[in-house]
Amino acid sequence: MTTPTMAVKVLRAPRVRRGNLSFDISLAILAVMTLAAMFAPLIAPYDPDAVDFAAIYSGPTAAHWLGTDALGRDILSRMIFGARPALLGPLLVVVASTVIGILLGLLAGWRGGWIDAVLGRIFDVVFAFPALLIAIMAVALFGKGLVAPVVAMSIAYAPFVARLTRTLVASERSRPYVAAYRVQGFSGSWIALRRVLPNVTPIVGAQSTLNFGYVLAELAALSFLGLGVQAPTADWGAMINEGQAGVVGGYFLPAIVPAIAVVIVVVAVNVIGEELSDRIGGGIPA
Amino acid sequence: MTTLRQVAGKLGGLLLTLFLASLLVFFSRFLVPGDPVSFLLRGRKPSPEAIAQVAAQYGLGLPPWQQYLDWVGGILQGDFGRSLQFRQDVSVVIGERLPVTLGLVVMAGTMIAVVGLIAGAVAALNRGRVLDRAVLVGLTVLGAIPSFVGSIVLIAVFAVQLGWFPSFGSGEGFLDTVYHLVLPSIALAVVFVVLIAKVTRSSMIDQLGREHVEVATSRGLTRGTVIRRHVFRNAIGPILTVSGLLVAGLLVASSIVEAAFGLSGIGSLLVQSVDRLDFPVVQAIVLLIVTAFVVVNAIIDILEPWVDPRSAAGAGAR
Repeated sequence: MTTPTMAVKVLRAPRVRRGNLSFDISLAILAVMTLAAMFAPLIAPYDPDAVDFAAIYSGPTAAHWLGTDALGRDILSRMIFGARPALLGPLLVVVASTVIGILLGLLAGWRGGWIDAVLGRIFDVVFAFPALLIAIMAVALFGKGLVAPVVAMSIAYAPFVARLTRTLVASERSRPYVAAYRVQGFSGSWIALRRVLPNVTPIVGAQSTLNFGYVLAELAALSFLGLGVQAPTADWGAMINEGQAGVVGGYFLPAIVPAIAVVIVVVAVNVIGEELSDRIGGGIPA
Repeated sequence: MTTLRQVAGKLGGLLLTLFLASLLVFFSRFLVPGDPVSFLLRGRKPSPEAIAQVAAQYGLGLPPWQQYLDWVGGILQGDFGRSLQFRQDVSVVIGERLPVTLGLVVMAGTMIAVVGLIAGAVAALNRGRVLDRAVLVGLTVLGAIPSFVGSIVLIAVFAVQLGWFPSFGSGEGFLDTVYHLVLPSIALAVVFVVLIAKVTRSSMIDQLGREHVEVATSRGLTRGTVIRRHVFRNAIGPILTVSGLLVAGLLVASSIVEAAFGLSGIGSLLVQSVDRLDFPVVQAIVLLIVTAFVVVNAIIDILEPWVDPRSAAGAGAR
């Protein structure tokens, strides 16, 4: 009993942490944005939907740090409230697709045979549909908003997670600790769920983190196209969409501020995801 | 070299994937609860004739598999049904808008190939040096610029501030169209340039460390010849594979760019059709994009052994 357990422990141990400034900065940025989203009503200086026709297209001032939009709404306040759908959507997609993907990948990798073949074929078909296309289809079927795209994209991303999980599980299956448990009479499903699953989850989880940036950009794109979060609700993608008219007129802030926010979050998430994959993936050949 | 048998097997896989994808596109409609006629005519005040026409077009009285066969049969003869918003054949509506999208994709594709390959090669050949680091940092930043952000920034800087390029429409005549499509293709290309550059870099670095490159160098070949004949030639396989995977994403992302630049292509048509509840057009465009993706990847899959003979023998030979 001790030997296999020790093997598990060794596999899980992360590498010694080395200093990484960009990782820390990225983490800080995400933490600040998450807190701002959670406590939006307390932090935002204005009501995000409050129209002020006396202050249309105001530049950055003491009253409006990031200026105002075409309706005189405070851009900073809209950014803070807009962080809610912008961050919550991708979070739901990443969590759901990771859970679905890990279970399907575990099933395919552990059982192999025809189950693996059928699931593999289904994944191939889903790969032919880019996530954004599936999301657009979902809107065409079930109507605009964030619900249908989030469900659709969870399904679209699950096969990526499943394929990685399947590869990892298939290589875990031939490891000595699995054989050791088998000899001791533990059932296959017990080994799969209690021993193999915890071993592959950190690696898959780190990879899934990288999906967060893509999903955020895609959901924002959907709102930008007018198919996601609907006006007047504050959302980064929708703000860029509404801000387009201003850009042509020379008023850049309403569209550029949320655009920059999207880029910053995507970079931050990618830095974190790559660092996590580096640290966790180091011990196990993928 | 690929045998005829392998090609036949790959074509079989292609047809199977296309068949399954078409099932998904067609039967997705059945996920919506309720009466199909009221789904298809949402947001409209249908006359009895319109209801009868939609029912006839979709064969709504028939069993689902019969509906599917009729739909696929029609598509194989170029009949994608009628558009609800334009009251025209879907094939006509799509045909009118296809050239703009193709022009956009061709221009973006050229930029992706040229810039991506050069950036990746430059980074690989200067691995670990300042130039490599600079390219990698540049790629990380560029890779985080989604096409809608790129569009907005390009319009703000090059159309509004500098006035060098138009921000709207696709122009008339060949040169004017190319001119109009410069900014949109850049916005579309950015993310994909990064992906190609990264694959090129890692694929070339992988080859640079191989023994056959050392042998070629020790034979006294010039560095240029070694890189062209022994590094780049071998590195191209993975680059091709990744390029194929990007096709679908490129076509979908073009809808964002077309919307941002007011281009009348099939991408903006897709968005407009979702907005105006024109489901037959949505179905047709989704099927076209997926078909393009599957066919391009099958072609790459079949051609790969000619580019890289080792892959014919299977991955084990690498």
